[in-house]
Amino acid sequence: MPDITVPSAQSDLKGPDLTGRALFPHRHLLSIADLKPWEIRFLLDEAEHWAKSNRGGARKHDDRLAGMTQINAFFENSTRTLLSFEIAGKRLGADVVNMAAATSSVKKGETLIDTAMTLNAMAADVIVIRHASSGAVALIADKVDCPVLNAGDGWHQHPTQALLDALTIRRRKGGFEGLIVAICGDVLHSRVARSNMLCLAALGAQVRAVAPPTLMPPEVEMLGATPYHRMDEGLEGADVVMMLRLQNERMDGAFIPSAREYHMLYGLTPERLAIARPDALVMHPGPMNRGVEISSVVADHPERSAITEQVEMGVAIRMACLDVLTRGARGVEGWS
Amino acid sequence: MVLSIPTNNKESPAMSKLAIINGKLADPTGKDVGGGVILIEGDRIVAAGDVAVPADAETIDAGGLVVAPGLIDLGVFATDKPAFHFGGITRAALLPDQSSPLDDAGLIRQATRAGKPDFWVHPIAAATRGLKGAELAEIGMMQAAGARAVGTGRQWIADSGVMMRVLSYASGLGLTVITHAEDSGLAGKAVATSGETATRLGLSHAPACAEAMAIARDIMLARETGAALHFRLVTTKAGFDLIRAAKAEGLKVTCGVSPAYLFLSDNAVTDFRTFARLSPPLRSEDDRKASIAAVADGTVDVITSSHDPRGPEDKRLPFADAAPGMAGAETLLALSLNLVREGHVSLNRLMTLLSANPAKILGVNAGSFAPGSAADLIFIDPDTPWIVDSTKMAAQAGNTPFDRMPVQGRARKIMKGGTFL
Repeated sequence: MPDITVPSAQSDLKGPDLTGRALFPHRHLLSIADLKPWEIRFLLDEAEHWAKSNRGGARKHDDRLAGMTQINAFFENSTRTLLSFEIAGKRLGADVVNMAAATSSVKKGETLIDTAMTLNAMAADVIVIRHASSGAVALIADKVDCPVLNAGDGWHQHPTQALLDALTIRRRKGGFEGLIVAICGDVLHSRVARSNMLCLAALGAQVRAVAPPTLMPPEVEMLGATPYHRMDEGLEGADVVMMLRLQNERMDGAFIPSAREYHMLYGLTPERLAIARPDALVMHPGPMNRGVEISSVVADHPERSAITEQVEMGVAIRMACLDVLTRGARGVEGWS
Repeated sequence: MVLSIPTNNKESPAMSKLAIINGKLADPTGKDVGGGVILIEGDRIVAAGDVAVPADAETIDAGGLVVAPGLIDLGVFATDKPAFHFGGITRAALLPDQSSPLDDAGLIRQATRAGKPDFWVHPIAAATRGLKGAELAEIGMMQAAGARAVGTGRQWIADSGVMMRVLSYASGLGLTVITHAEDSGLAGKAVATSGETATRLGLSHAPACAEAMAIARDIMLARETGAALHFRLVTTKAGFDLIRAAKAEGLKVTCGVSPAYLFLSDNAVTDFRTFARLSPPLRSEDDRKASIAAVADGTVDVITSSHDPRGPEDKRLPFADAAPGMAGAETLLALSLNLVREGHVSLNRLMTLLSANPAKILGVNAGSFAPGSAADLIFIDPDTPWIVDSTKMAAQAGNTPFDRMPVQGRARKIMKGGTFL
């Protein structure tokens, strides 16, 4: 891995010289929109430590969250994000409990607020929430006494995904200033895209949103991205190509005619990747539809693809977020 | 309160004669608020304006307050008497979207009785059975039972053939069809207007032209059938443009708006505020300004509260899961008075929008100072300041997007059918 250097041109993004709580004054992590550029940088810097220790051999335990209870309340199915948060919590020594929607009382008609009150009454120290409805996580965060991490709410936000993507890019590219990042695919329905556009634009990258018009949100510019409807134009000169997952239910003629047509027009093939810069990085938040938005040759490319590194950085970022958000409760000096 | 009220009416109301003096009369047909007297016999107005007070009449001193016809709210979802009385509303047209849709004469008859004697409900008959947009409901039977208009409810009727037959049939009965203007194909399950706010919050959205598309179709059908058509809530510039043109052409087309669309735009939804989740959704700032302009130039005929009280079980939910609607009855008058203060309309014209025009559309003899009109009056202090507080509302629920907003103007006293409440 290259050494991490923050380009001096970005000094204005570093922000004021702060310590402790003042460095990251947020109780919850709900949206990238709430974060200042230097707060994002702070979380990335914190995660570097965990990225290193996660690679440090068989024993990865750090017990700073020992005795704390972390509840992962996932109202929407997830494999990798849930697993990533669970591993992150366990590596920090927390008691991690998973509440999956399929087995929860939500199915029995309990309201979201009641569920939140229940989780709160169980004295959780940190709650990680995923929900299918935009704004649902903030609604719960209002009702509980402990920090809440948004693990994805509807089409709205998935802040840890944006942070892990930023960390991956920074480690591979050294920084963000002047970097051209093309975010391609179903931007309209994507919380990953919304979080990443805000995050990367805040960090100084030039962000492009590449999508067919039916999958492009109106006025996407206000999220910091320039819209492109043609894949080839969007990829021209790109340093990073970030693909988005296309949900199966969108491929049935509702938003695009078919998966194969989508692949023809927007699939990331080796030929198409050649339009981007020769050292362009390929990313995907997973799970991938191989042969639809991305071809296997590209996804598995040993140098160009950063997809498994994204998963690796996911654990590091989530450890950093869990650590930072619980510092107040743990009485870390300067954080209470 | 300066207002003095006779303590008891021993004679039967039909015999009593009242003279309201010392009020500023806001006659919807007048140009300016002026002095004068209102004479009432029983539950009817017999004269108003520059008339002599008969010797046998009991006099009521209005104490310099504005005296206006009671508000007639054209399109509410609940019979919420405390909220209506707080707001100076003496009659309301009840939309057919009830737990059992008002598609049957028995339900209509029941609805007409729900508020009496001190509040009158004029039910709107469901245009189609179960409001499903397919088969005509028994509109004639419902009219006989007291329905005053025909309505499509919260949705438009997607099938143009059905809509044409609804208009055509209702016109034969002399009933106005009150419709919701949103093309359902475009609007789908959208909860917000396409634009910055919806994009930022990741909310499902539909373009604002869903409204104009629905209006364009229904105006054509109104032209074809000659039916009277009222668009309950119009909220976009494109929609108002179509209605302006239809009126210029002489079609029997009218439209309404509610204060939410006049004073809020879609950025009120920021932070996922479910009290600002409305149907149609709040629009852009440009459309908001166009709505004000449409009130000022006479395109808008009616201002309604669209009162829809919703408790926490409907509103304390993720935005997209929350029910649309706001409790608007209590703030209707005070917010509408902003239009007078800002110089968009005169107080008299405002009373036309809030009272006289709704009465005309419903075909009820009220909302006016003309002889024979119902003695439904409100005594308004137009300047008294108060602050909207969602936790202290008279309504069944406090779901107002105007929470904590300072407003001015209150109905101090209400007379319903010649009797003070």
